Amino acid sequence: MPWTRKDLLAMRDLDAAEITLLIDTAASLQEIATREIKKVPALRGKTIVNLFYEASTRTRTSFEIAGKWLSADVINFSSSGSSASKGESFVDTAKNIAAMSPDVVVVRHSAAGAAALLARELTCGVVNAGDGAHEHPTQALLDLLTIREKKGHLDGLHVAIVGDIAHSRVARSNIHGMRKLGMTVTVAGPPTLIPPFVQELGVKVAYRLEDAIRDVDVIMMLRLQHERMMAAGLIPSLREYAHYWGLTLDRLQAHARPDVLIMHPGPVNRGIEISPEVADGPYSLILDQVAKGVAVRMGVLLLLAGSKTGEAA
Amino acid sequence: MSARVTGGTALLVKNGRVIDPANGVDAVQDVLVESNTITQMDPKLPAPEGAEIVDATGKIVCPGFIDIHVHLREPGYEYKETVATGTRAAAAGGFTAVCCMANTDPVNDNRSVTDYILARARSEGVVRVHPIGAVTRGLRGEELAELAELAEAGCVAFSDDGKPVMNASLYRHAMEYVLPFGVPVISHAEDAHLTRGTSMNEGVVSTELGLDGAPAAAEDVMVARDILLAELTGAHIHIAHLSTAGAVRLVRDGKSRGVHVTAEVTPHHLVLTEDAVREYDPNTKMSPPLRTKRDTEALVEGLVDGTIDCIATDHAPHALSEKEGEFDHAAFGIVGLETAVAVLLDRLVRPGWIPLSTLVARMSSDPARLLNLPGGRLTAGAPADITILDLDAEHVVEPARFRSRSRNTPFGGWRLRGAPWMTIVGGSVVSR
Repeated sequence: MPWTRKDLLAMRDLDAAEITLLIDTAASLQEIATREIKKVPALRGKTIVNLFYEASTRTRTSFEIAGKWLSADVINFSSSGSSASKGESFVDTAKNIAAMSPDVVVVRHSAAGAAALLARELTCGVVNAGDGAHEHPTQALLDLLTIREKKGHLDGLHVAIVGDIAHSRVARSNIHGMRKLGMTVTVAGPPTLIPPFVQELGVKVAYRLEDAIRDVDVIMMLRLQHERMMAAGLIPSLREYAHYWGLTLDRLQAHARPDVLIMHPGPVNRGIEISPEVADGPYSLILDQVAKGVAVRMGVLLLLAGSKTGEAA
Repeated sequence: MSARVTGGTALLVKNGRVIDPANGVDAVQDVLVESNTITQMDPKLPAPEGAEIVDATGKIVCPGFIDIHVHLREPGYEYKETVATGTRAAAAGGFTAVCCMANTDPVNDNRSVTDYILARARSEGVVRVHPIGAVTRGLRGEELAELAELAEAGCVAFSDDGKPVMNASLYRHAMEYVLPFGVPVISHAEDAHLTRGTSMNEGVVSTELGLDGAPAAAEDVMVARDILLAELTGAHIHIAHLSTAGAVRLVRDGKSRGVHVTAEVTPHHLVLTEDAVREYDPNTKMSPPLRTKRDTEALVEGLVDGTIDCIATDHAPHALSEKEGEFDHAAFGIVGLETAVAVLLDRLVRPGWIPLSTLVARMSSDPARLLNLPGGRLTAGAPADITILDLDAEHVVEPARFRSRSRNTPFGGWRLRGAPWMTIVGGSVVSR
C-alpha cells in the first residue's frame, strides 16, 4: 500500500497496515548504517527543519542523522537563541518557517497538540517528535521495530509498560501502536501515575511490579520525571519509588521469564526506575532502540518527503 | 446596526404568540408600549396614532432575556470587549439586560469602578447593564471588598468569578455580611488545588490527548461546601456555570432541604461534551471544562425540573492571539451572547429536550427573580423589555459577523434553525 498522509502526528491516527509500512520501510533502510559511505541521494534537494521547543539530545540528533544520510538539507532550530525566546508565538514562528518552503518540519514541543496545530498551519509534512504528554510516534515505531527484530513477529506478544504512564507520550504512542498490531499491553505504576480510564485504551493495569512483569515478553521501563513528582504529591520519595518500582536483577530473575526483553526510551535514571546491571545487562535492548531510531526516522522522512521507497536502496 | 431607533414613540407588537411564564400566558396577543413601558396587552389592540407597528405574526414574543453572567471586559481589557460592543452583541443575541462580572482591571471591588461601568453603560450601552461586585479585594481571596458600598452603588450580586474563594472562613463572612442587602453571592465552584495545571475535563479524552484533566469532583466539592455555608449562614448562594451531574444532584438536595441555593448553566455545557476538545481547538477550552454526555443529560434534566434556575452564557471574549495557539497556553472561555438563543432553540427545544416555555422562563423571569432585576415579565406597568423569536429562521453561525469584539466560539459554521428576531429595551428597538 502507498503512504498517503501529509503528516505523522499520532499512532492513534494510523491503521495496522500503515504502521507495518513504516516499520518495513525503516527495516529496509537499516543497512545504510553499515555502509562505509553512509549516504544515499533519496532526499537530495529537500529541506528538513528540526523545530525543537524542548531540550532533546537523542531525538534531535537521530532526526538530523537520518536526514543527512538521505542527503537532505537539515536545519536545526531550537527554542533557546531563537525567536521563541524573543516572545514570538508558536503560530507566528510556524508561519515564518512555512514562508521558507521546507519539505518536512519535525517538531518537539511541551504542549500536547502542538504538532497538530503546526500541521494545520503548514502545507508541508509535519512529524511529531513528541508533543507534551500526548504522543511520540517515531519512538513507538522504533520500539516496535526493535521488538520485531528480536522476536520475529509482534502479533500475540505481551508488553508491560512500567512507570509514569500519566505523563508519558511514549506510553501513549506504544499503547496505540501495540494494540493495533495485536499485542497485549499491561501498564503498571503507582495509581497516581496511571491516567484515568486508561483501560478504555484496551490495556490491563497492574499496581505491583511483580504482577506486571510476570509472563510478559517485553518490559518497557519509563523515565521518572522526578523533578515534578514529589511537589505534585504523586509519589512520597525517590527512595520509596526505587524500592517498589525499580527493576533490579533480583526482581527480574524472581518474577520475569528468562527470555524477557528490557527496553527504556531514555534517558535512563540509573538506580531509580532501573538498576545498572539490568540496563546494561544481556536482556537490555536500550542501545538497539537508539540504533533503530535512525532507521525509523529515515523511513518516516522518506515517506513524507514524497520520494519512492525504492530510490533509497 | 443596533441603535435606539424608536425613541419615545408608541410601539404596537401585533399578532405574536406571547409566552410570559411569570403570568402564565401563552396566547396570541398584541402588546402596546408607550413611554418606555408596557401599557396594554390584549388579543386585539387598536394602534394609537403615530405608533410604530411591529407585525410579529408567527413569531414568539417573550419578556426580555437576561444574561446574569457576562464579561464585558471594561475597564482594562477593551481589546477583548467593551460595554459598547458587548451590549450590541447582547442585543443581537436577544438579550435586553446583562450582568457583568468583576474581573476587570481594575477589579470592580470598589464604588468608583462600579460607577464607571454604569456611566459607560448609560453613554455607550444599548441594553441594561447590572454590575456584579467582587467578593474580595483584587479577587485575591484574602480580604472582603467594600460590599455595602458596592451594593449601594448598584451591584446586584457579588462574585470573584473566574476564581474560587478557597478560604471557607472568609467566604462564610462574605455570605453573612451581605445578608441585609438581599443579594446573592455567586460561586465559581472549583477547588483550585484539584484543578491546578489542568485545561480540560479529566476522563478518557484527557488521557488520550495527554492533557491534564480537572475531575468533576473539583467542582462538586466546592458546590457542596458552598451549599453547607449557605445553610450555616442563611445566605442566598448562586452557583455559576454548573457543569457536572454531581453538582446538579447536590443543588437538588440542597433545595429539597430548604437551603437558599440557586444555579445557572451555560449553553455550551448543555450541548457540548469533552469530545469537542479532540482537535485541540482552544475555542473548546473554558472553566469549568466541557464534561461528558452523562453530565449534559443531568444538566438538561436539572434545567427542566427547576433544579437549575436559569441559563447564563458566561460570555468570555478573548482576542485571537489568546485563543489560536497551543491548547495548554490558551485563555479559558468563549463568547456566547450571539449564539446562545439559536443554539438552544435548535439543539434543545426543536428535538423536544426542553419545552419552549421553560426555555423562555429560564432566560427571562427566572434570572430576574434570582437577582431582583426589573423586567422578566410582560405586565402593564413593567419596563418594555421584549425579546421576539423566530423559530423558523435558518442561519449559519459566522463569527466574522459578530457584534462582539471577539470571535472565540466553538459554534462557528453550525447551521441552526431558530433565532432572536427583534430585541426591544425600554420600548426602543435595539436589534432587528
